[in-house]
Amino acid sequence: MSTTLAPPREPPEAPADLSSRRLTERVFRVRETGIIAVLGLFVLITAVIQPRFVSSSNIQFILVDTSVYALVALGETMVIISRNVDLSVQSVLALSAYLSAGLFGHVHGIPIPVVFLVGFGIGVAFGAANGLMVSLGRVPSLVVTLATLYIIQGIDILIVGGNEVVASSLPSGFTAIPNVTVLGIPWLAIAVAAVIGIGAYYLRTFRSGRELYAIGSNPEGAQLAGIPVARRVFTAFTLCGGIAGVGGVLWAAQYQTINTSAGGNNFSLIVIASVVVGGVAIFGGSGSPVGAAIGALLLGTINVALDVLGISSFWDQAIAGFLLLVAITLDRLISLRLAAALRKRSAHDGT
Amino acid sequence: MEPDRDTSLAATVDAPVGWRSRIPARNMLRWETGLGIVVLAIGVLGVSTSSEFLTGTNIFNLGLQSGEIAIMALPMTLIIISGEIDLSVASIMGMASAVLGYLFAKGWPMPAIFVVVLLVGVAAGAINGLLITRVGLPSLAVTIGTLGLYRGVANIILGPNTISNFPTAYTNLGVNGVLGTNLSFSAAIFIVLAVIFGVVLHFTPVGRSIYAMGASPEAATFAGIRVKRIKTLLYITSGVICSLAGVLLTFRLSTAVNTNGLGLELDVVAVVLLGGVSIFGGKGTIVGVVLGVLAFAGISNALLLTNFNQEAASIPVGILLLISVFVPNMAQLTRRLRDAVTRRRHAAPPAPAMGSGHD
Repeated sequence: MSTTLAPPREPPEAPADLSSRRLTERVFRVRETGIIAVLGLFVLITAVIQPRFVSSSNIQFILVDTSVYALVALGETMVIISRNVDLSVQSVLALSAYLSAGLFGHVHGIPIPVVFLVGFGIGVAFGAANGLMVSLGRVPSLVVTLATLYIIQGIDILIVGGNEVVASSLPSGFTAIPNVTVLGIPWLAIAVAAVIGIGAYYLRTFRSGRELYAIGSNPEGAQLAGIPVARRVFTAFTLCGGIAGVGGVLWAAQYQTINTSAGGNNFSLIVIASVVVGGVAIFGGSGSPVGAAIGALLLGTINVALDVLGISSFWDQAIAGFLLLVAITLDRLISLRLAAALRKRSAHDGT
Repeated sequence: MEPDRDTSLAATVDAPVGWRSRIPARNMLRWETGLGIVVLAIGVLGVSTSSEFLTGTNIFNLGLQSGEIAIMALPMTLIIISGEIDLSVASIMGMASAVLGYLFAKGWPMPAIFVVVLLVGVAAGAINGLLITRVGLPSLAVTIGTLGLYRGVANIILGPNTISNFPTAYTNLGVNGVLGTNLSFSAAIFIVLAVIFGVVLHFTPVGRSIYAMGASPEAATFAGIRVKRIKTLLYITSGVICSLAGVLLTFRLSTAVNTNGLGLELDVVAVVLLGGVSIFGGKGTIVGVVLGVLAFAGISNALLLTNFNQEAASIPVGILLLISVFVPNMAQLTRRLRDAVTRRRHAAPPAPAMGSGHD
């Protein structure tokens, strides 16, 4: 995590500036280390009570189970950083899962990478539609993506109807994707982690990535500073859609029976909850995909841990909701403290 | 308090003065009238596709199907006009339903159960309101959290159990209309509540304050409006109304399960936005929302009578929702597109900068 927030290697300017920057960095690092600490604590307690929890097969299960959520959370993070939100990811995922996995039945011997490309393409199309409406139409993303959530869901129902893609129509190479491991770590988790790492690096280092943060912090300011706000927001939505499309293909590989209920009817909210628990501010301008992925991992771990501890899985949702509230409350308190400390410092150095 | 809001809205939104003088005829023509025409068109379509559309039974069913959503849309309207949002409504509904079923199975008398259920609604709303106003958290994030939390409580209370066999005296509200008419019980409650909410929003100082804080929270605070208190009360109202809707749903289905009302929050938000309420707050009317409810109920019902896959009713609702945000902005949008085209033709500044969708 420290890699995403390493101190910038610039020559020190005024000492006051430097010290306040150090303080800011320390606090932002606290955000993500806080989640890691909670995750660690959770794993530790569960492992003490039930050692089976840290068995390699169980850890593999958690990692695979979390992968799709963490991946989609990467796209959602980009959108949320730009002070928007995409509620439609769950219907994009469901439709992409059905259409792409259905290809195996229609086109015999179709290569697996082509299926992933198709899933990505389906997602990109819907993401671009969202992005166009939000950036050019200048209408609120909450409303646009609520509407497209409905519309895509409806399209999914019309296309799928009572049909489903069944496991027997899928090639074994495809259904094995969640099971392949490298040195005991699921290949899928490694791939997803790599993609998230690239995403985090892009957002932190590239100009267009940094500009998303600027847009999220202050849209008017970003526009006045000459940032192509519409284009950046459009790109964020398009990528988010594309990632959700790939998520659909992975979902298909993992669950293998795909009907209209693919993704579940809570997927978008779980993804947004992961992002927010992971320290991404819901109104944009701060956070990283790595944090969001850890948020997803935390929620996934809790699900499995409750199961292992013999606590009914009916507790999952309450705990996830409660954690989200705790996360945003703590975040708020920390940032209030930070603001006060920075004010004090600048007042002190000013006199 | 949300940074999400365009402050320039504050200047364009009329100061909250009596609604007749405040909302010029031109504005009324804009969205509510269009929506009225849509509702009529849906009616005509319904009648022409099915002879059953205007029968008493169907009107009863229409009221029954959409009654709870309509009821929950009323407090949601006020909350959105005040500049916030409540995504936890359907979870409060589910939690109320679970408590009702649980206590009934324990053999509690109905009146006592009703009191507890309403208190659950008050508590749920108060938690939302206090976190948003006193801790200063964004309502979107808080109510996504409580959406999980309250639904989770319903899961914990009921687990996999299904409670049914409620007394027929109560479950009859899913079978009979009010006083032998074709008006379902929930539709009747909606009409009464719509009048109350309409009067409060459009004819009282509290209602005017809600518009003011939605247009500009800072200005409202400086004008001496108790922004935090009113918002907290709005959330508590929402909690109570949603628990009432939960009771109605439970009796209509004659079943309490942990999934009661699952996912309805998006329908409720959709109905309100369809009614022309601005997601940024400060704009909207109860009349519009009532029309939004009619359009929503009409579409779902008309599709039910045709061969169209009923579950795909979300498509027309989604399209209407998009129209509801695009049509009021159409003039601006075309102007902007024309500007963009001419600018590109003259090729003066590269890449015209556009807003991020928060206009």
